[in-house]
Order: sequence, then structure tokens, then C-alpha cells
Amino acid sequence: MADGVSQNGFSIIGKPLAMADAVAKVTGIGKYADDLYVPGMLIGKILHSPHPHARIRSIDTSRAEALAGVKAVATGNDARNPYGILPIGHDERALALDKARYIGDNVAAVAATSAEIAEQALDLLRVDYERLPAWFDPEESMKAESGWIHEQRPHNIEKEYHHVFGDPEKGFAEADFVAEERYYAGEVNQAAMEPHSTLAIWEPHDRLTVHSSTQVPFYLHRTISEVCEMPMSQIRVIKPLIGGGFGGKSEIIPLEVAACVLAKKSHKPVKITYTREEVFLAHRGRPITIVYLKVGITRAGKITAVQARVIQDGGAYCGYGPVTVLYSGALLGAIYDIANVRYDGFRVLTNKPACGAMRGHGTVNVRFAFESMLDQLAHQAGLDPLEVRRINLLKAPCITANSLRVTSYGLPECIEKVFERSNWKEKKGKLPYGKGVGVACSHYVSGAANPIVRSNMPHTTVHIKIDRDAAVTVYTGASEIGQGSDTMQIQIAAEVLGVGVNRIKLVAADTELTPIDLGSYSSRVTFMAGNACLNAAKDMRDQIFAAVAKKLGCPPADLVAKNDRIAHSTDSAKGVSFDEAVAIALEFHGALVARGTYAPPESARGGNFRGAGVGPSPAYSYSAQVAEVTVDPETGHVHVDKIIAAHDCGKALNPLTVEGQIEGSVYMGFGQALQEDMVWQDGRLMNPSLLEYRIPATKENPQIDSIVVESIDPEGPFGAKEAGEGSLAATIPAIANAIYDAVGVRINSVPITPDKILEALRAREKAGQRAETNSLTPEARP
Amino acid sequence: MDKQLIRLRINGEVHEIALSPNRLLLDALREDLGFTGSKRGCDDSSCGCCAVLVDGTPMLSCVALAASYENCKITTVEGLGGPGNLDSVQEGFAEMGGAQCGYCTPGFMIATKALLDRNPNPTLDEIREALSGNLCRCTGYMQIYESVKYALERHGSISSSVRETPSTQAPAVR
Repeated sequence: MADGVSQNGFSIIGKPLAMADAVAKVTGIGKYADDLYVPGMLIGKILHSPHPHARIRSIDTSRAEALAGVKAVATGNDARNPYGILPIGHDERALALDKARYIGDNVAAVAATSAEIAEQALDLLRVDYERLPAWFDPEESMKAESGWIHEQRPHNIEKEYHHVFGDPEKGFAEADFVAEERYYAGEVNQAAMEPHSTLAIWEPHDRLTVHSSTQVPFYLHRTISEVCEMPMSQIRVIKPLIGGGFGGKSEIIPLEVAACVLAKKSHKPVKITYTREEVFLAHRGRPITIVYLKVGITRAGKITAVQARVIQDGGAYCGYGPVTVLYSGALLGAIYDIANVRYDGFRVLTNKPACGAMRGHGTVNVRFAFESMLDQLAHQAGLDPLEVRRINLLKAPCITANSLRVTSYGLPECIEKVFERSNWKEKKGKLPYGKGVGVACSHYVSGAANPIVRSNMPHTTVHIKIDRDAAVTVYTGASEIGQGSDTMQIQIAAEVLGVGVNRIKLVAADTELTPIDLGSYSSRVTFMAGNACLNAAKDMRDQIFAAVAKKLGCPPADLVAKNDRIAHSTDSAKGVSFDEAVAIALEFHGALVARGTYAPPESARGGNFRGAGVGPSPAYSYSAQVAEVTVDPETGHVHVDKIIAAHDCGKALNPLTVEGQIEGSVYMGFGQALQEDMVWQDGRLMNPSLLEYRIPATKENPQIDSIVVESIDPEGPFGAKEAGEGSLAATIPAIANAIYDAVGVRINSVPITPDKILEALRAREKAGQRAETNSLTPEARP
Repeated sequence: MDKQLIRLRINGEVHEIALSPNRLLLDALREDLGFTGSKRGCDDSSCGCCAVLVDGTPMLSCVALAASYENCKITTVEGLGGPGNLDSVQEGFAEMGGAQCGYCTPGFMIATKALLDRNPNPTLDEIREALSGNLCRCTGYMQIYESVKYALERHGSISSSVRETPSTQAPAVR
């Protein structure tokens, strides 16, 4: 529990509260980037490569430039500086300079007075391409001896990491049961409902104002400066309302820099909005992941060793790639008490759109593999798979084998909650053929303890201002993307200052007005911006208390702030209204200004080995889930009847939002488990639309019962941890394990489509086995 | 293509504008008239973000030609209600978590409005059916059902016809 804050008697914390921006959203008043129009605004369009790998010999822009209404045409030469979200991965350019590396790569851009003219101009561009050999399969790509996608990345390997903790050989020798399998997860896209959009406005005095659909306005700020060769002080980035992110807007997306380059070149406002197809081509989703997994357990169910070789198909650019593959290793075993782990992770380049940091970043596909295998081993050992998870729990607080510090651990309670709610004992292994239940667990970081760009600066700073109107204005860099960031900080400030939420105004994510926050990714906002806001509010409260105490003639420590009053804790008649208190404090200080920051403590920052920087977090969330399914053995169709999801979020600052986050995570896991899959043919995405890439609609989505577990983290704001991502990873293996319980086949490849189930059922029939079957060998897609 | 002068009746007000015959209703609403509450989320009429009521029936404005709707009553999210006079459907989506990122919300509310107008007491299956043409990527739909139920409980007091309230057209950044 955060310093000086009791768990009792909250006025606002822990109460379900409508989002602060809900009315703006339900009335249509709220503005997303594409809703912005300014006088003289040009429309930008991007020319995409039709080839998966090609040298660009020349681009003839003359005919496009001559078209009436065209105000600027840009190519790679207009912005030569490379960029990328990671300091070690600056391999992207606003527009391709020498080579196009995937179908959809950005080759040129135009700005014109209308969308129609911009599109005509794209047709007038003449690009001379020299086609090059291309790689589409990650395991093939790793064998490449020449013609690499990026010359500086031999054998198309972006990064590889090799970690050993404990003694895996000894661990496997001690095991009574050892399983070894290959798992495969297809590629999925965030598919946020809002397609990306950026409005870049060229301003007087050579300044640039950029409104963009971004989860990371401050990284965008820095990148524009690098690419456009302008000082950061000349650039302002504003995040408007964001129509969903899930990681798809958590790094710099090509249209953002292209719009800025066109605005700089035309000296006009330029807006670019992606079509849905372009959203899929810009991508940054979850990579195709191949997991070779080996796990050993004793007869009693104790895990003795884990070994994983993970290959991720990262696409043509680095993006967050090295972080993704490190998360896969760091969070693979750390959920349980496992002493011996070997991890070999490979991030591989292919000629496809770049993957990125999708919800549950790096943890989801390995969790599917691990939790499926744990289920398989439990059955081999004749143990209840839920009991096997109980047997392997950590004894928190503790440090895991890979140096992750665990401060609070609600997993045991999550398991007990889903055990009870699902009536597990009566159902597991006891339902009629075709019906089944499955259990799985997951965990996730509450923000990364080490920032992307290494420094000792705070990860976030919040300012609070109060002046004569006695309104409380919170200035925060944190990015509301629909997850409740703004509301969370309003609640914290209101609770500490003892005022109603309506008194709080919040200014967020504007590089000119708000202090820096690293962004909405890795589930860091509640923990980090929440703590910074808490510290700022306490600073403000201290200033007001000091002034009021002097007036009342009592020590500041005797005062409490509640119900818009500052009063004596034991004699409530002795006190002043909040407005009076502000007036008193203003006499002492002038306009009141307070600041709060947050940086993770040294003890949370992890080990010293290569790659140890990714995985450490100040706190981890935990989830346990039970899925109930009905499988039709004739068609292979799976109906998920219900998912019971318990999530340890530390403390639910706003239970309504926390439940919404759990349900949204489960929903996204459900989509990946059964139906979402990006289908590739020679580097071409065959289903770049929401008609063909099917995210679940109301008719497919299961009943979701969310259960909030509160472990009260010692360092979280009011004990809170993350809620927005951790539940996703448990859903997929819970469904896979339930399918096994229903029809007795294991499908080690997601999405689990009817054809895979039918194939496994037929294979079992052929083998004449009714009991434990060997798993279906997952086939990598062509 | 030559523009024609057409009259669109939106949220109770008549707007006279010059449009190409091939101008889509969604573009006319958003770009020509400033009703940016209706959203574009896809390229192929698969997401429902652009839904508006046409004579009380939900329609995808991204595949409708504006000029074909001259004599119809069009209701966008801005016409459901504004701050201070929210429709019960808007109140439900605001209070019960039906709107996370909010991008699909106008379309869902339009579909909900149409459902409750023709069936004031729908079952959960009927709600699922009525909303199956809209996609939401945030909520997992559970809190959307709660939002609809909230509206349902308060729907009786509200006129079942499409309300003709003045538009609350929001100013763009100008």
C-alpha cells in the first residue's frame, strides 16, 4: 500500500465510475484525429510497394507533381534519417530510401487538395523496381546466406537471446514425466476500430503541430524531430481521443512521419488517414510464433525444468522485436515456482509487415504452449490440472529464477475463485463427450521497470494546479486510449484532495502543456502515472494542509480532506470548506502548483545478464481462467459457452473499468484462440479487411464472468496493478484445454479451426486410440 | 461529376448542400456538414461504426449515396441527445462501460435505438442479434449488454419515435 494511504474509508477509489470522457463519446462531440478539419487542409496518400522485396532504382514524380491540386510529393530522399522505437532498431524510414521490404512498404507520398486528386497522383507515380528474392517463412529465412533483408542483420536474424537459469539438465533428470511438443501461433492484428490518422499542421515560425492517433505521443515527438530535422522545441504533439490501441499505435507508424514530411514540404496542414487495408499493412500485431517446448514434472506434479526454443516471425523491420522475444522468455516460467529454465529466443526478419507490441506483448503465444503442456503432463501423471497449478505456486514475496521481484501474488486466490465459480470438481473429466472444461493461468507486467531509452529520469511526471477558481487541474502526459487513464488519475486526485470528481479537470498528452509520460504500453499507466498523480496530489494536499493548519492553530497531521472540506480529524466542526482552504493557501503561496513523479525502485529493475532489462516490473498481475466449451465432433465447430476469469489487479480503483478490461482481454484471447488469423501467400496478406479477418461479433463472443481479485500491492497506487492485458494469455490455453476435455484431442496450433479438430479426430480414429492422443503436429502456414 | 443541390433532413434540421451524385452519405455527414460522430472503421461495410437511422432503420452511411436520401429523416449520434439531455441509450453506454475507446459507440447506440424502438423488451439473444452487425474491439460486449439493459429499464418514459432534437454539431479545430 502506497505510503500514507489507508485502505479504509475511500470516497472515490474502489467505486464504479463512468469514464470522464464518456459523455463526449456518446454524444459524438469528442474528436478523434480523423474528425479534425482545419482550413486549407490537404489530404495525404501513400504509395505502397506491390513487391515483397525490391530495390527501388528510381521514382519519377514529375507527372504527379504536374497534376492540378497536388501540393507536395515526397520520397525517401525527403527524409533520410532512420528511426525506430528501440535505440537498437533504427531501421525504418518515413519512405523507402533504397529498398521496399514488404508488400505495402511505403515508397512515396502525396498531398493534394482532395482525396480524389491525391489518389490520381499516386497513379501517376512511376517507380522502377528490381525484384529481389524474398523470405516469408521464419525458419527458412534464418537459413539465408545472402541477400539479407537488412544488410546489417546476417541470416535475417534481428536478435537472438540464450538464457539458462538453474540446471535444466538436472531438472529433466529428476522428472517422472517429460513432454516435448511444437506449438504454432498464427499472426493476429490489433484491429482497433479506429484506423490510424494523423493531422500535421505547419504553423507560423516554422513550427509543426501534430494531432495523431498514438499511444506514445512523447516518442512520436522525438521521432518527428529526428526525421524532419527540427528541434523538439519547434514541434508539438497532441493526442486526441484514440479509438483503441492494443499496441497497434504504440510505436511510430509510417503515416505519422509521412504526414509531417508532407506538411513540412508543402507548408500546409496535411491529414493522412489509413484505410482498413493500410492498417493491416502497417500492422505491428502479434507475430507468428513457433515454440519448441519441453517441460518435466514429478509424479507429485512439481515442475522440475522448462526448455523453450522460440522463433518469432517479426516481418521486415525491427520495431519492438527484441523486446517481444525477451518478454516471451522472461515471463515463460516466472508465473510459477520453477528453478530450472533454458530459453533460446530468435527474432527473425521476413518480407512481411512489421510485427509489434500487441496486448499481452510477447507473453501470449508462449503461455498458450506452456499451459497446454502443463495440462497434458497433468493428465499423463493422473493429476487434476488445476491441482498441478496449485502445487507450483510461488511463495511471494520472492525473486524468481530469472531475477524478477514479485511483491504481491494473487494467483492462488484467482485459482480458488475460478475453481469455485466453475464448479470444477463436478465438471472436470465428468461432462458428456463433446463438452469440456479447461483451466489456464497467466501474468503480466505493470509497466516495464527499465525504460526503452535507458536513463535515470522519472518515467512519468504529473503537475497539479489550483488557482482562485478552486478548480483542480491535473496535467498529465499519460495517454487515454479507452482504457480509463484519465478517469483513473481524476479519481486519485479527487480521493487525496477530498473533493468530488467534478472539481477535477484533466489536461493530458500534449507535449506543449503536460509533463512527459512514456506512453500507454506494457500496462504501465495505472501503476506509474497513477503513482505520479498520487504523489502530486499528496504534495498539493500538504501545501493546503500547512496553510489551513496555521489558520486553525493545529498540526497539519491532524487534518483530513474529505467531502470538499479540510477539517480536524477528531473535531470535524473545526474546519473550512475546500474553497476557503484554497483561498487561505493562496495567501501563503500564490497560485498552487504541485508535482509528483514516479520511477521504479532499483530493486525492481532485474538481473545483470544480457537481455535482463526486459521482464522486470514493479509489480505483476495474475489471472486464472476456466473455459467451458461444446465441441461438435461431426463438424469440428467449437462453441465457448462461458469463460470465468479471475484477475488480480492489486486494487480495483474503478471496478467498472477493471471488469471492462478483463472482459476485453478475454474477448481478444477468444478471437485468437478460435478465429483470427492473418493469411499470407508469398508475402501478400490475403485477408486485409474486417470482413475476411474476422474479429468476434456479438453472436460469436462467449459469456464472460469476470472476477476481481485484490492482492493490494505494497507499491501500487492504493495497491493497484495492471488490469488491461494480463487476462488475455490465459484464455487461449483455457479453451484449448477445454477442447481436450471435451473430445480428447490436443490442438497445438492456433487459431483452433474446425478443420484442425476434425483432422485430429480422424487421426485418432485411425490410430484406434480413445484415451490420451498424441498432439496434432502443427503445420506452419505457407 | 457535376454537383447537385440536395436537401438532407438531419436530426430535424434541413441542410441544403451541393454534392456530387456519387458522394457517400458518410462523407457528406462528416466532411460537408461536420457531423463527425459517425465514424469510418472499415473499407467494406463490415464494422457498423458509420450507422445512422434512416426513417428509424439503422443504415450503413458508408455505402449509401447521400443524394438518394433527400426525403428521409436521418438521425446521427448527434441527434440522439447532447450533454444535459442524453437519451437513455447514451446514458446507458456512458454509465455502464459500453463505451471504452468510444469509436464504435455511435454505431452501437444507433443499432440499440432502433432495436428498442421496435422491441421495447428484447431478450439477450435479441440484443445480440440486433447488435451483430456492429464490431467492438474493446469491451468483449458484456458491458454493452449492460448498457442496453440500462437503457431498456428507462426506455418506457421516452417517445418511441425518433426524436427531432436540434443538432449539437460540434465545432472542428478551426
